[in-house]
Amino acid sequence: MMHVIETKNLTKRFGKLTAVNRLSFKVNEGEIFGLLGPNGAGKTTTLSMLATLLPPSAGTASVGGFDVRKESSKVRHSIGFVFQDPSSDDLLSGRENLYLHALMYGVDMRNINEKMDDVLKLVDLTARQHERVRNYSGGMRRRLELARGLLHEPKILFLDEPTLGLDPQTRQHLWSYIKGLSKEKNVTIIITTHYMEEADMLCDRLAIIDHGRIVALDTPGNMKKKLGGDVIRLQVSRPNLAALKRLRYVKRVQRDNGVLVLTVTDASKHIQEILKAVGSVENVEMRAPTLNDVFLHYTGSEIRDQEGEGGFFERMVNSNR
Amino acid sequence: MSEITGLYALWLREFKVFLREKSRIVSSLVQPLLWLVIFGTGLGSSIEGISGTSYTSFIYPGILAMTVLFGSLFFGLYIIFDRRVDFLKEVLVAPLSRTTIFFGKVMGGATDGIIEIAILMVLGALFFSIHFSILSAIATVLIILLLMVSILSVGLIIGSVMTSPEGFGLISSFVIFPLFFLSGALFPVQNLPSWLYLFVVINPVTYAVDALRTVILGIGSFGLPLDFAVMIGFALAMVAIGTQAFKRMKV
Ligand SMILES: Nc1ncnc2c1ncn2[C@@H]1O[C@H](COP(=O)(O)OP(=O)(O)OP(=O)(O)O)[C@@H](O)[C@H]1O
Ligand SMILES: [Mg+2]
Repeated sequence: MMHVIETKNLTKRFGKLTAVNRLSFKVNEGEIFGLLGPNGAGKTTTLSMLATLLPPSAGTASVGGFDVRKESSKVRHSIGFVFQDPSSDDLLSGRENLYLHALMYGVDMRNINEKMDDVLKLVDLTARQHERVRNYSGGMRRRLELARGLLHEPKILFLDEPTLGLDPQTRQHLWSYIKGLSKEKNVTIIITTHYMEEADMLCDRLAIIDHGRIVALDTPGNMKKKLGGDVIRLQVSRPNLAALKRLRYVKRVQRDNGVLVLTVTDASKHIQEILKAVGSVENVEMRAPTLNDVFLHYTGSEIRDQEGEGGFFERMVNSNR
Repeated sequence: MSEITGLYALWLREFKVFLREKSRIVSSLVQPLLWLVIFGTGLGSSIEGISGTSYTSFIYPGILAMTVLFGSLFFGLYIIFDRRVDFLKEVLVAPLSRTTIFFGKVMGGATDGIIEIAILMVLGALFFSIHFSILSAIATVLIILLLMVSILSVGLIIGSVMTSPEGFGLISSFVIFPLFFLSGALFPVQNLPSWLYLFVVINPVTYAVDALRTVILGIGSFGLPLDFAVMIGFALAMVAIGTQAFKRMKV
């Protein structure tokens, strides 16, 4: 089967900084593929290279079967892009922005009015469509730009943090629309987001990127499974880390904003002993792992052992053998 | 086909924004009128007139050229604003060639500029005793268009490489003032000391001013064939460089 998007060792350097570092991944037709990563991880840079806005420093990428370097015009004929930052003309009305987009992106102009009506309705901007974008709220502008990205019905869609700043209803609404595009119209979608529920809900597969590299790539379900255990979050002022270390079933200890995050096999069985070991606990929460835990696992800071060579994590893994 | 609708879209956008920003039209007219009224009258009251016309009439063609210089070069600044909000990305991801995008901008800027010049021509006829025949009016617009395409291209070239409005302002003032003051817009080019004359004849804008003065007032130095040859050559060169600059332009 042909891959709609394929990158090999895709790299982008800005001077000394390597923003994207030898990225290789493949996206299937009709798939929703997520890019997750902390700020500055290189998500937008990656999308920009795929959309021919930035030339790669090294490596190759093809989109829709076309090389982004040599066949950039053909690539641009098959894609749509919703940018992370505002990109509409704020002196024009919402509808005028859509109309210009339709002209520039080669939309069949015969039933353009109905098409614009449809997408405006989808993002609930029908009532405000003739107002200048300057007067829109941030979320309204975001919705307009989403509508615009959908207007020309591209076969491949890049969404860079599409739901940033949207209210929960609109977000829910868009999720089902995006899912529909992929499942019913077979549109291939690459999406970046900082909302973990969104990634979990939408993405067929996702790649976690940190410092320009892929650190994990799988389905959300598998990622959670691979974490291998349940999550216990503890609020402890002075945790007894040494005591925790001795417990074989505690697989991993991390810190998230002053909260101790443990990954534990059969957590419900061992919770009592853990609470006893760790010291005076102010608050405790136990649950199955979420994508948030996965994200933290790959990109968060591991608590390192003070003395000795290996980190705490490695010790724990060793003691499990 | 999509290139043509794309060209139309880019033009339409510039035109709508132009109509919406009334202050752009007003500010583009204030400067030339101040020159004509204050500078023309002020200096004109102490010199007799040049080649049988009043000083105000003499500089009128030069002031038209100046309006083009400042207005069209400044137009390149909007590229930088497009880049600041990501509208430029929206245009660059569209399936349009960079050449189309360049010409869309030029056409948009030329439309704005021609409207301003038309207003100045009407004001010139009404208040500054400039006489236009149909033929001289058409010739004036033609010359202005040639100059405009050249200067718009220069502005867009600068805009395509600069990232800040301040940088744009700095570079363009280095370009615009020599082009204006060394064009013979404010003084006759005969009788100049030879070092100054040299700078004037290598300035392409000189020939646009000379052509305008020839068709509007009937006084000129180089003859229309030479004037047009230089203007066409200048326009072609700037358009060629401009399309290349757009092909290299980064977001
Ligand atoms: N034009 C540029 N010049 C220099 N450095 C750049 C440029 N664009 C991006 N960078 C750098 O490259 C790195 C990756 O940036 P990028 O915008 O791709 O991150 P991101 O993953 O999209 O982050 P965010 O979640 O904040 O949007 C950052 O360190 C950024 O500062
Ligand atoms: Mg980003």
